[in-house]
Amino acid sequence: MVAQISVPVDEDAVRDIVETCLANETALEIMGAGTRRLLGRPVAAEQILTIRALSGITLYEPAELVLQAHAGTLLSHVRAALEEHNQQLAFEPPDWGPLLGGPADAATIGGVMAGNLAGPRRFRAGAARDHLLGARFVSGRAEVIKTGGRVVKNVTGYDLCKLLTGSYGTLGVLTEVTLKVLPAPDKTRTVLVFGLDAQTAQTAMASALNSPHDISGAAYLPEAIAGRSGVGYVADAGKSATAFRLEGPEPSVLARCAAVRALLAGQGIAEELHYHNSLRFWDEVGNVAPFADGTDAPVWRVSLPPAEMARVMAAIGARGLSENFADWGGGLIWIRVGDDTEDAPEDACAAVIRGAIAACGGHATLIRAPAAIRSRVPVFQPAPPGLSALSARVKHGFDPHHILNRGRMVEGA
Amino acid sequence: MLMPEPDAGVIARRAEIIAELKRIVPGDGVIAEQEALRAYECDGLTAYHQLPLIVVLPETTEQISRLLRYCKAQGVKIVPRGAGTSLSGGALPLADAITVGLGKFNRILDVDYANRCVTAQPGVTNLAISQAVEGDGFYYAPDPSSQIACTIGGNVAENSGGVHCLKYGLTTNNLLGVELVLMDGEIIRLGGKHLDAGGYDLMGIVTGSEGLLGVITEVCVRILPKPPTARALLIGFPSSAAAGDCVGAIIAAGIIPGGMEMMDRPAIRACEDFVHAGYPLDVEALLIVELDGPEVEVDFLVARAEALARSAGAVSVRVSEGEEQRLLFWSGRKAAFGAVGRISPDYFCMDGTIPRHKLPEVLGRVAELSRDYGLAVANVFHAGDGNLHPLILYDSNVPGELEAAEEFGAEILKLCVDVGGVLTGEHGVGVEKRDLMGTMFSEQDLNQQQRVKCAFDPTQLLNPGKVFPTLHRCAELGRVHIHQGENRFPDLPRF
Repeated sequence: MVAQISVPVDEDAVRDIVETCLANETALEIMGAGTRRLLGRPVAAEQILTIRALSGITLYEPAELVLQAHAGTLLSHVRAALEEHNQQLAFEPPDWGPLLGGPADAATIGGVMAGNLAGPRRFRAGAARDHLLGARFVSGRAEVIKTGGRVVKNVTGYDLCKLLTGSYGTLGVLTEVTLKVLPAPDKTRTVLVFGLDAQTAQTAMASALNSPHDISGAAYLPEAIAGRSGVGYVADAGKSATAFRLEGPEPSVLARCAAVRALLAGQGIAEELHYHNSLRFWDEVGNVAPFADGTDAPVWRVSLPPAEMARVMAAIGARGLSENFADWGGGLIWIRVGDDTEDAPEDACAAVIRGAIAACGGHATLIRAPAAIRSRVPVFQPAPPGLSALSARVKHGFDPHHILNRGRMVEGA
Repeated sequence: MLMPEPDAGVIARRAEIIAELKRIVPGDGVIAEQEALRAYECDGLTAYHQLPLIVVLPETTEQISRLLRYCKAQGVKIVPRGAGTSLSGGALPLADAITVGLGKFNRILDVDYANRCVTAQPGVTNLAISQAVEGDGFYYAPDPSSQIACTIGGNVAENSGGVHCLKYGLTTNNLLGVELVLMDGEIIRLGGKHLDAGGYDLMGIVTGSEGLLGVITEVCVRILPKPPTARALLIGFPSSAAAGDCVGAIIAAGIIPGGMEMMDRPAIRACEDFVHAGYPLDVEALLIVELDGPEVEVDFLVARAEALARSAGAVSVRVSEGEEQRLLFWSGRKAAFGAVGRISPDYFCMDGTIPRHKLPEVLGRVAELSRDYGLAVANVFHAGDGNLHPLILYDSNVPGELEAAEEFGAEILKLCVDVGGVLTGEHGVGVEKRDLMGTMFSEQDLNQQQRVKCAFDPTQLLNPGKVFPTLHRCAELGRVHIHQGENRFPDLPRF
C-alpha cells in the first residue's frame, strides 16, 4: 500500500486534513522531513501529513533571546539565522539522519521538538523540552490550540509544551514553535584523557562534573569506538577516550582547561582539542556517528543515573553481543547490537538492557532497528500499569480516536 | 472572588468525615477546632480568607493515598498546601474542602553527590536543600524570594523561579523526579535520577499544575557545584529606557548574568529608606547585575558589563569588592516587598512578564493608571527575563481601595498580555488571575488544558476553583466536535 502524502501550506489546511481523518476515523502519519521516520513502532496509515511546507522564521529578537518559526522550518535554517547573531539552540539538537540511513541536515524544527532531542550539553543546558516556550498545534480533535508564550518566565496555565516535546506527533501536529535561544560561547575546548576503563572514566567524569569548572560535555568512548572518530587525535591514540568540554569567554576557558587537566593529572595521558576538532568531536558524539554505519543493526539509547554507567556497561557488554559508548557524564549510553543475527536475540537485547536499568531507574529507547523488530519489541520504555494508564488517558484527551501517528509509541494508541 | 458553591451535603457530614480522617491519620494530625483552623485560612495572598472544612497533616504517603481514596469515594474536595506562601491563592481553602498540609513531610531522604541530586519530602524548605549540601560546595539553583519558608513540593506545584532563573532555569528545569498520589489513591513515580522521560513527559505537566493533578509526596532535584565567585554591579540610569537598553546590550554581547534586577524610583527610595544599601536616590532606574562563575571569567565579564553600562548612559556604576558589599547591594532589592509594606498598610504584588523592550511603554502606562486609580505603584523587575512585579499600594481600611487595587492590577496584567507577555511569570494563576485566563487563551485552549486535568482527576475534587475560570465537566470535554466533516477535500486545492 502506498500512502498518500499531504503537504498542507498553512495551519488551516493541517486542521482540515486532521478533521477529515477524524470524520472517517482513519489514521494519519505525521512527519517533518522524515529523518526519524524509522524511529518508533511502524505506523500503519493510509495518509501521511508532512509539515515541511509550513516554513519560515516568523519572529527573531536576539536581545530577547526568542525565536519563533513555523514547524516545518529546517533546523539548518534556524541555526544559520542564529549564527548571524552569535546565538544557538543551547540543547544542541543532534542530527540522527545518517544514523537512520538518511541524509544529514534535513531535519525540521518541529520534528526536533516532537522528538525532544538533546545533545551532549543536555545535563547542563537541558533538552528541547527546556527550550520550547510556546507552541501552536492541531490536536487529534482537529482543534487549533495555543500554549505557552514568547517569554522565558511564564507559569500561566498548564505547560502543554512539555507534553508535546517527546510525544512524536501522537498528541498534536505542531504548526508553530517559539524557542528560547542563547548566546553561543566565544570559545570551545575539549580536554581528552586516554586509556581509562569504564569505571575509572566514570570516576573521572564525576569528579569533573562535581567541580566548579562548568563542564558542558563529558563523554566516554571505549577504544574501538574512539578509533572510528574523524578527529585524528582521538582515533590515532589507540586507546579509550574520556572527553571534557569547556565553553565560555576565552580567558575563562583557558583557565578551566588548565584546572581540569590538573584535577585529572595522573589519570592518563591528556590532550586538548581546539575549536574545529572540538566541534567535530561533539558532533560525532551527539549524532552517534560511531554507529552511523549504513546498517539497520539495532541501536539503543539508554538514559540512566550517571553513577550507574560502568555497572550497566558491564552488564550489557558481558555477552559480547554489543558495543557501546557514553555521553552526559555517564547519564546516557548508546548501544549497538551486533550484526551477527545467528547470535543476536530476537528482542535485540531489550530484556538484557532494560533489565540492567530496572533497579536504578532510567529508560531505554530502541532508536534504530529493522521494522520487524520494532513491531514486536516495545521501542519506548514500557511503563508500570498505573503510569501507562495515565498516559493513555492523556493521549485520549488530545486524540480520542487515535488519528495521529497511531501505534508509533504504544501499540494500538 | 467567586469560588465554587460549597457542597452543603459534605459540610453536614463534617463530624463523620473527621472521625474517618482520625482513623486514617492517627495522633494529632487532624485539626478541626475553629481557632486552630484559623492558621490555615489564607496563604501569601492575604486579601482572601476562608476557613477550611478540616485540616489534615498526614505523615506517610500511604496515609495520603488512603485519605484521597476515601475523599474520592465520598466526593470530598482536597486543597494541598505546603508552607502556604503562594502569592496567587493556590492554597486558599474552600469551605467544603479538606486542606492537606505537607508540613510533616519534612525530611531530606538522600543526598547523592555521585548523581548530583537530592531527594526530599515535599515539606522541606527550598533553602534547606541548599543548606544540606553547601558544606560540600553544592547548591540548589532556583531561589524564590520566599526560599526560607516555601517548600520544595510547593515549588514543584508552582514551577517557582527566583532571581537566578535566566541562567539556571525554573523548577521544571532542575527537577529530576517526583512521586505523587492521584485523587483515586494511586501512587505514581515520574522521572528518577536520570534525565528525560521514556514516554510522555508527565513530570513536565505536573510541574506548575498548582495542586490540581495530584498530591506530591517526594521530590528529586539536581544540585550544582557552587560557582567559586560572584560579583555584583550597581548601576544607576536617568531613565528606565536606558536601563532596559543596557540589559539588551549585555545579553546581545553574549553575557547571561546570574541575576539582573531593575527597580524604579519609588522602589529605590522605599528600599534605601528601609535598609540603607547605599542606593543612589537621584536616578530613575537602578540595575543590579550579578555575574557568577570562575574568578577569571567573572572579572572579565564585569569589565565588559561595566563598559556596556557606560555606553548605555549609566550615571553611576559601582562594582562590589568582596562578599559583604555584594550582599549589601542585594539587601535593598531582597527587602523590596518588606520596604513597600512599611510605607503602605497593604499592597498587591503583581507578576506579569513582558518582552523586555516593551518596558518603557508598560511603565509609562502603569504610571498613567496609577494616576487614574489614585494608587501609588513601585516597580521591581527581573530584567533579564522580563518578569515585572508592580507593587500596588492601598489601604484595605479605606472603603473601595481593595476593589480599586484589584481592578488596577487586572489592568496591568491585561496590558502585559497586550504587549506580547503573559499573566504570570512565577506566582501562578491560583484564584488571583483565574478570571483573566481568557485574555491569554481561547476557550478551546483552556479546554485542552482541562482535558489534562481530567486525565489525572476526572472527578475534579483536587483544588477546584483555581487556575480555570470555568470548570467543565470531564464528560462534556471528552466529546469530539466535528465541524465540517468529510465534505472538505484537503488534498485538492491547497498544495
